[in-house]
Amino acid sequence: MAELKKAERPLSPHLQIYRPMLTMMMSIFHRATGVALYAGVVLMVWWLTAAATSDEYFNIVQGVFGHWFGRLVLFGFTWALVHHAVGGLRHLLWDTGRGFDLPLVEVMAKATVGLSVVITILLWVIGYGVMS
Amino acid sequence: MSMRTPLGMVRGLGSARDGTHHWWMQRVTAISNIPLIIFLIAFVISHLGASRAEVVASVANPFVAILLALTMISVLWHMRLGLQVVIEDYVHGHGTRLAALLANSFFTAALGVAALYAILKMSFGL
Repeated sequence: MAELKKAERPLSPHLQIYRPMLTMMMSIFHRATGVALYAGVVLMVWWLTAAATSDEYFNIVQGVFGHWFGRLVLFGFTWALVHHAVGGLRHLLWDTGRGFDLPLVEVMAKATVGLSVVITILLWVIGYGVMS
Repeated sequence: MSMRTPLGMVRGLGSARDGTHHWWMQRVTAISNIPLIIFLIAFVISHLGASRAEVVASVANPFVAILLALTMISVLWHMRLGLQVVIEDYVHGHGTRLAALLANSFFTAALGVAALYAILKMSFGL
């Protein structure tokens, strides 16, 4: 019997030892933001039902969202939303069979991070402008 | 290597009998989410600090109510499909997986009906 040769085929990446790459982190982050947005939509529905219920209840919910911690959560919600949306545009491009060129993929990943941060901050600047 | 023809493989829509319907609806709702989320962000920003009466008055406008309703349907559909994949990937027990999938469907449906009820109630007058 011949000696069993050790398999040198590529094995599936073990996340604990795999060198993190931007595109891989973006893929994970796209899913993570999607799950986070699930909670964000619960907040949105909470706000809608409060607005439809009574002044007292609406004021309670507005108070929670107006609190510094509430605003921090909403800021995170905004970033997750924008990041998932911009990242989703990449996925829609890939769905057409385009945009798989590796340098372009790297550029799009970086652009998604940059754009999502810029748009999120811009939206909050506009928001604070509207309120004052 | 499969000896089956391409036509034979798509007939019957695969082992789940669902074909690419899940994948396709994820894309359809992703595309509808884009303009609807832009509307939602504009709606939320323009009502920051608004009183309840002002919010209700805006939703009384049929265009606003219909766009809000479409947004909630599109977003909830999209997130139900998304979390379904997450559950299928990470929840391995047969019973717990089924329970999680059912909870996902029931919860998003309940959220959707609650949102639509709230929108219609405000739109038709309190």
